[in-house]
Amino acid sequence: MKLSRLTVMVTILSLLAAGIAFAGKDLDAVKKKGFIQAGVNGNVFGFGMPDNKGVWKGLDVDTARAVAVAIFGDASKVKFTPLTAQQRFTALQSGEIDLLTRNATRTLSRETKLGLNFVTVNYYDGQGFMVPKKLGVKSAKDLSGATICVLPGTTTEQNAADFFRTNKMDWTPVVIESTSELAQTFFAGRCDVLTSDASQLAGTRAIAPNPKDYVVLPEIISKEPLAPAVRHGDDQWRDIVDFAVLAMINAEEMGITSQNVDKMLKSKDPMVQRFLGVIEGNGKALGLDEKWAYNIIKQVGNYGEIFERNVGVNTTLGIERGLNALWTNGGLMYSPPFK
Amino acid sequence: MQSEPSITPDAGLQPSAAPFWRDPAKRAIVFQVAALLLVASVCYYLFTNTQANLERQSIATGFGFLETEAGFEIGEAMVDYSAADSYADALLVGALNTIKVSFIGVILTVILGTFIGIARLSSNWLVARLAAGYIEVMQNIPVLLQLFFWYAIFYETFPSPRQALNPFNGVFLCNRGLIFAVPEAHAAHTAMGWVLLIALVAGWGLNRWGRRRQALTGQIFPIIRVTLALCLGLPLLTWLFYGAPTAMNVPELQSFNFKGGITISPEFSALLLGLVFYTAAFVAEIVRAGIQSVSRGQIEAAMSVGLRPGQVLHLVIFPQALRVIIPPLTSQLLNLTKNSSLAIAIGYADFVAVTNTTINQTGQAIEGVALIMLVYLSFSLSTSLFMNIYNKKMVLVER
Repeated sequence: MKLSRLTVMVTILSLLAAGIAFAGKDLDAVKKKGFIQAGVNGNVFGFGMPDNKGVWKGLDVDTARAVAVAIFGDASKVKFTPLTAQQRFTALQSGEIDLLTRNATRTLSRETKLGLNFVTVNYYDGQGFMVPKKLGVKSAKDLSGATICVLPGTTTEQNAADFFRTNKMDWTPVVIESTSELAQTFFAGRCDVLTSDASQLAGTRAIAPNPKDYVVLPEIISKEPLAPAVRHGDDQWRDIVDFAVLAMINAEEMGITSQNVDKMLKSKDPMVQRFLGVIEGNGKALGLDEKWAYNIIKQVGNYGEIFERNVGVNTTLGIERGLNALWTNGGLMYSPPFK
Repeated sequence: MQSEPSITPDAGLQPSAAPFWRDPAKRAIVFQVAALLLVASVCYYLFTNTQANLERQSIATGFGFLETEAGFEIGEAMVDYSAADSYADALLVGALNTIKVSFIGVILTVILGTFIGIARLSSNWLVARLAAGYIEVMQNIPVLLQLFFWYAIFYETFPSPRQALNPFNGVFLCNRGLIFAVPEAHAAHTAMGWVLLIALVAGWGLNRWGRRRQALTGQIFPIIRVTLALCLGLPLLTWLFYGAPTAMNVPELQSFNFKGGITISPEFSALLLGLVFYTAAFVAEIVRAGIQSVSRGQIEAAMSVGLRPGQVLHLVIFPQALRVIIPPLTSQLLNLTKNSSLAIAIGYADFVAVTNTTINQTGQAIEGVALIMLVYLSFSLSTSLFMNIYNKKMVLVER
């Protein structure tokens, strides 16, 4: 049965011993077992998907690796659990995973009702529409009466409903659980439109039989700040995950890359020295090795590097930095000071 | 065995005064109570523990979410529904969709399964082999694969709405489903529905009366033909009485899709076909087993008193075979209902699909899963109740 996985996780949630509510529980558990169990997508190219050699690749995957480096000094100390949109939050709640890096949108209701804490956004996305070119549609406002393919259990379903309600248009959803089956259905013409986050549309277009036959409409109908999430109850663990993401952004701001990080160790700039642990203090404050940020940049790279490597203009996805550029370049990526 | 008071007058050996642990009846009660307490305390532990866990992790609990606005659309609904309605409404739509596919599926499965089961026993070599082949193939392919297969047939082979096949006037076939014209809503149709119901009740009464008359006088009344005439004739007369309204709601191609008429979606069709073809294979084997359980002598006896083959089947074989068929048939029909939860794989908005979306939006997985269990349990129990009543009725036929 389709439900079994979710049911098992719900059962685990019910059976969890009640006596594990003390500070540091998640961090201690992770240190004890020696690796991080991270929940990722598994199906979205550029964010979380194994390549043809079985190596996990993607922006979210690299984010989880950065956290592993911060704690263990080793990017390989992380195991990945592919999760559907439906399973992801329950998996985190029930303790099946320690960290969720699975293009999840931070929303008020998720933060409050699910018992989760989202940390710094690692990708600013927005929902768009993709249509076959031959339909001749120029704008999302022309979609009245369309049949639209959409994944279940995402903010996407609600955003589409909101958009069509606001514009007083009819539509018929076709909701299919598996990303690949949904794409297949769309390519075969069961739906006129595929709606999803713009980044995922780019990924789906890349695997189309003929990508040139499809266009992404100009309208972006929602804000989708995608962020890693952890459970409530361990603030230290939350801080580490948060600053692991921020360290990559901060490194890009400072111009530190995996290539020049060794040279930067000799920098005279006290801010750089503090960041890389030459001047000690940050590591101790987080309960980590003083070299944690250095290790992240050395082993995983700064934010610009992981962006370009996984989804940037030179990849199949070919996504511009846009909102995900540094604040100094007109984007939203901004790190608080590392001191 | 030691009830002779003559051996010893000691009251302690009297059966009436035996200690309760030696009395099987009392012992049984003690065990039952102990078991009940154990189950109850486990349930209590699970409930309180879950409650405590959820509270500690500050996860929302309770069924209050049912009142709030759902905010998502559902592809096909039997009642009016929009994103502005509540989660309870959305779940109702899902439950009705599950009932729709299960109900139609169960009826078609029984008909197809019986047909193939009889064909399997046919004396015609080709028919018997074809039926056997069908059963082997369908039973041995997982139902999920069959669903994908049927769904792919619909969306891969049929053209887009703009090139829709148009075999008859007002009927369109494309990858959006089968779309056909229906009569425009008119008061006559409601009246016709009621009249049909009256005709059916009359047919039922006629059947009872006809049988009694046959038992008393031996005369056969053409019940089937008369009932059919009533069912067709009365609604037709009603329709004429209302002035024979002929306005049709004809589907028309608009920018993306057909408007008007009735659409049978590919998702529904694929799910229905997959479930029916799969379950019918099992039902066919059950029917075959039931028929073969009736001893050969009975059939020979029936034939030798001059009954026609159809009458042998109807009057001798089925009344006895049904008693063997019904219990396993019930469990197959329950399987069909439960397997309908695979709908989410091919995008049919059944109860599980809608609940999953609800769980994801509200984060209340425990409540959602509890609702799923409750709904399927009540579907299954009511199917089983109905089948048990039918089974009892069949058992009484025995003389």
